[in-house]
Amino acid sequence: MPAEPIMELRGVDKYFGNLAAVNQITLAFEEGEFFTLVGPSGSGKTTLLRMLAGMDKPTRGDILLRGERINDRPANWRPTCMVFQSLALFPHMTVGQNVEYPLKCRGTSPSERKKRASRCLELSHLPISYYDRPVTTCSGGERQRVALARALAFDPEILFFDEPLSAIDYRLRKTLEKEIKDIQRETKKTFVYITHSLEEAMVMSDRIGVMRDGGLAQIGSPHEIYSNPVNRFVSEFMGEVNSIAVKRHEGGELWCESLGATITPPSVLDESFSQGTLMIRPENMHLVNPGEARSTNVFSGELFNEYVLGSRIQFQIRCNSDTFLVERLREAGMPKSGDQISFGWSPEDSMLFPE
Amino acid sequence: MDSRKLTTRVWSSLSSGLLCSAPLFVLLGLGFFGPLALVILYSVQPRGSFSPFGTPTLENYRDIIEQAFYLSFGWSLLLAIISTTILLIICYPLALALKRYSGAMADILTLLVVAPLFVAENIRLQGWVLFFDKGGFLDGGLNHLFGFGPGSLVNNVPSIVFGMVYVYLPFMLFPILLGLSNVPADVREAALDLGANKWRIFRDIEIPLAMPGILIGSLLCFVISLGAFSEAKFLGKGVIVTIAQDIESAFTFGQNWPRGSALAVLLIILAGTAVFFAMRKIDLNKVLGTR
Ligand SMILES: Nc1ncnc2c1ncn2[C@@H]1O[C@H](COP(=O)(O)OP(=O)(O)O)[C@@H](O)[C@H]1O
Ligand SMILES: [Mg+2]
Repeated sequence: MPAEPIMELRGVDKYFGNLAAVNQITLAFEEGEFFTLVGPSGSGKTTLLRMLAGMDKPTRGDILLRGERINDRPANWRPTCMVFQSLALFPHMTVGQNVEYPLKCRGTSPSERKKRASRCLELSHLPISYYDRPVTTCSGGERQRVALARALAFDPEILFFDEPLSAIDYRLRKTLEKEIKDIQRETKKTFVYITHSLEEAMVMSDRIGVMRDGGLAQIGSPHEIYSNPVNRFVSEFMGEVNSIAVKRHEGGELWCESLGATITPPSVLDESFSQGTLMIRPENMHLVNPGEARSTNVFSGELFNEYVLGSRIQFQIRCNSDTFLVERLREAGMPKSGDQISFGWSPEDSMLFPE
Repeated sequence: MDSRKLTTRVWSSLSSGLLCSAPLFVLLGLGFFGPLALVILYSVQPRGSFSPFGTPTLENYRDIIEQAFYLSFGWSLLLAIISTTILLIICYPLALALKRYSGAMADILTLLVVAPLFVAENIRLQGWVLFFDKGGFLDGGLNHLFGFGPGSLVNNVPSIVFGMVYVYLPFMLFPILLGLSNVPADVREAALDLGANKWRIFRDIEIPLAMPGILIGSLLCFVISLGAFSEAKFLGKGVIVTIAQDIESAFTFGQNWPRGSALAVLLIILAGTAVFFAMRKIDLNKVLGTR
């Protein structure tokens, strides 16, 4: 029997007037996991997190903490803590006062407070010399760390993060992503993290929930979601992808109008299938050498652009009216712009979504 | 080369700053420092003199100390402290409400506060006299309806305080509103999330962040009510004398300009001290969001 989830949502709705910002969400967080909610802006991520933290109440449905209904318990009575998108530091306080604030609310003694604050500053990689600095003199990355230290000082059972890194430059963001993940490993706390960046979600999470229009499109491990998306939306959200409109054709094959060719489907077609979209990730495409004997799913076109992505290279190939992306490891003797080349994919690497 | 470029840049930004603030300097020179210098000059002239260039003397100041002028100073100070305190207590919750109700409700409330400013202060105060006086709207109306009324509610100190609170309300309300706009909603929520109760949020977050606005409002109200004149004249009808009334009668009825000037100098020193101490605590740039 699996352990009881630490927090649970059961059929939760949140309406703003007629708008369902969160729509029928049922979801459980396991103790100690790193769960990430991804989704485009406006998909209801913040609204969901605010209900979990106790700053908003669901219109319908229940929120449970270790099996106990906590819908009406205000934020200051929940063992949870949130790192805001804006960080929401107290601008009139020093770094130390910010970090110690949750302990002060709890009546911890000054010496104990300082001890814990030092420990939390250390965990979030801030030198103790920052203790007496006004928080307004800190840089963006340092403020980020102060916010994290303040949340850790609260010692919550669950930590919520609402896109905390969205305003930080790329390199620092990468560092902070790793640090947050390390802190989660070290403290073994449950982290629920929001981002609109797929990359961030993939790096940090044990499980990912993809949100769309207030609902959950899919929940699973990063790998599951990347390689087995349940629909076109998730597939497109999780990274670049080649999509081809296809119809049912005789002999269990697919027909692509724009390519004017038959395509072998990933698996035997459903009885009900009539048309849909076939999707192939760029890294699952390969180049076909002229002498190579391949019969299915091979097309040719003009290579008109190439991007070097570190050790990999991405080709853009024009084929009739379509453009295909092919991503390969960089090696000697690769084709160049202007070349006429053949490319293809193994049927089992493609994903078919009926419409 | 670079340093020269920098100097020209600094100069051009400086000179454009000077240029933009030039009208202000002219206005301050003509309308503030000039008269101020004149008042100081007059305050050291012999009694009853009408020329600012006589032999300097401190006799006016001695007169003020010897005669009982400290009474009007005391009343002005007391009235200023009381009305500023009452205004603080009234305006803080009002500003919170204004901030909370956005849209039509806030517009209506703002209009209600601002509309009286379109009518001259004296006329408004006379209106209240007609309302509160014996046989006025309130007393007369109640007498007519029920056969008894409260009699005259004016000609006393509370009615003066009422008048001051009424007239100076906008000068407290809007600075506090400005101060409260420096309290972001998410900072308040963060405090709640970290375990602070309502009282703690009020004390640790809201008040400190709104403090510049609160101080500016209090300062404005304190300084203008220190120089209050019409409230005591119309609603108080001479039950007490404020310092501003003393100054007026020295200039008009008493025809003693040097004494009026000396009283004015003392009043300016009193108000100036309050401004000095308050301004040390306020970062104007922060309040107005220029930094
Ligand atoms: N307080 C609110 N009042 C009205 N509508 C809101 C409010 N908060 C969020 N919304 C709406 O709910 C939807 C979801 O918003 P949000 O949860 O902030 O999305 P996300 O965090 O995924 O970008 C949006 O359409 C937004 O406009
Ligand atoms: Mg959001």
